[in-house]
Amino acid sequence: MIQEAWIFGLIGGLMIGSAAALYLLVNGRIMGASGILGGLIDGSARSNATERVAFIAGLIVVPGVLAMAMGGAQTNISANPVVIIAAGLLVGIGTRLANGCTSGHGVCGISRLSRRGIVATMIYLLAGGLMMFLFRHILGVI
Amino acid sequence: MFRMLFAALAGGLFGAGLLVSGMVDTTRVQGWLDVFGAWDPTLAFVLGGAIAPMAVAWRIAARRHTAMLGDTIPGPNTAPLDGNLIIGSTLFGMGWGLAGLCPGPAMASLTFGGWGGILFFAAMVAGMYVAPPIRQKIDHLTANA
Repeated sequence: MIQEAWIFGLIGGLMIGSAAALYLLVNGRIMGASGILGGLIDGSARSNATERVAFIAGLIVVPGVLAMAMGGAQTNISANPVVIIAAGLLVGIGTRLANGCTSGHGVCGISRLSRRGIVATMIYLLAGGLMMFLFRHILGVI
Repeated sequence: MFRMLFAALAGGLFGAGLLVSGMVDTTRVQGWLDVFGAWDPTLAFVLGGAIAPMAVAWRIAARRHTAMLGDTIPGPNTAPLDGNLIIGSTLFGMGWGLAGLCPGPAMASLTFGGWGGILFFAAMVAGMYVAPPIRQKIDHLTANA
């Protein structure tokens, strides 16, 4: 399974990129998960709220149905509520300050050679790597 | 109507891709970030696979200028590398490393991620809710620096 993981990674990646291409070329929007959700949460997106809700509905329902058809899926998320809450807050605040996450900066930004997208991606990968080093190998918490 | 239909289609395809690629599996994401341990290179294929069709889409977009449903295609964000981009990306990376979920997979896994996934989503939404005044504060501080 591990040996085949890269094939699933590549196929899934192509699906993610095709979704972003569809959203850009048909709807004229950048597919950034944190921006689409965040605009609804902080009220900065009034005119296109229904489009965002439709995107999020598809994003929640389709993998849900697929997972059920596959006989379930696992996220293997930490069982520690403190870790989960801290991580969720950091992701929520961080992506809204940075104006993008893995999809907006990573996929949509890098593919158009955006300087902000490339720098943001380098920073969050580095920060994530350092957190893994600190919390897994030094502190042994995650 | 078409706008909503295609938004739902894009969201669904995105979600399916996140599930197939393993982006909703926190062990795989944390394995990718664990460069000093048992490093898992799968996410490089995910990112590469996602960037390729999108790079083609940007090429097409540059010639068309308008999307199929009539909207102007957004131009490049020419804002400088400001404090919010750097601080925000750092905080996001820290949270991503801690739990192994970023915003897309957090939503895509809501139906099967159990209470931990729901708790993460709720905390993420709370973070998004409190972010705007923090953003203004950082803008203000870095503008005066």
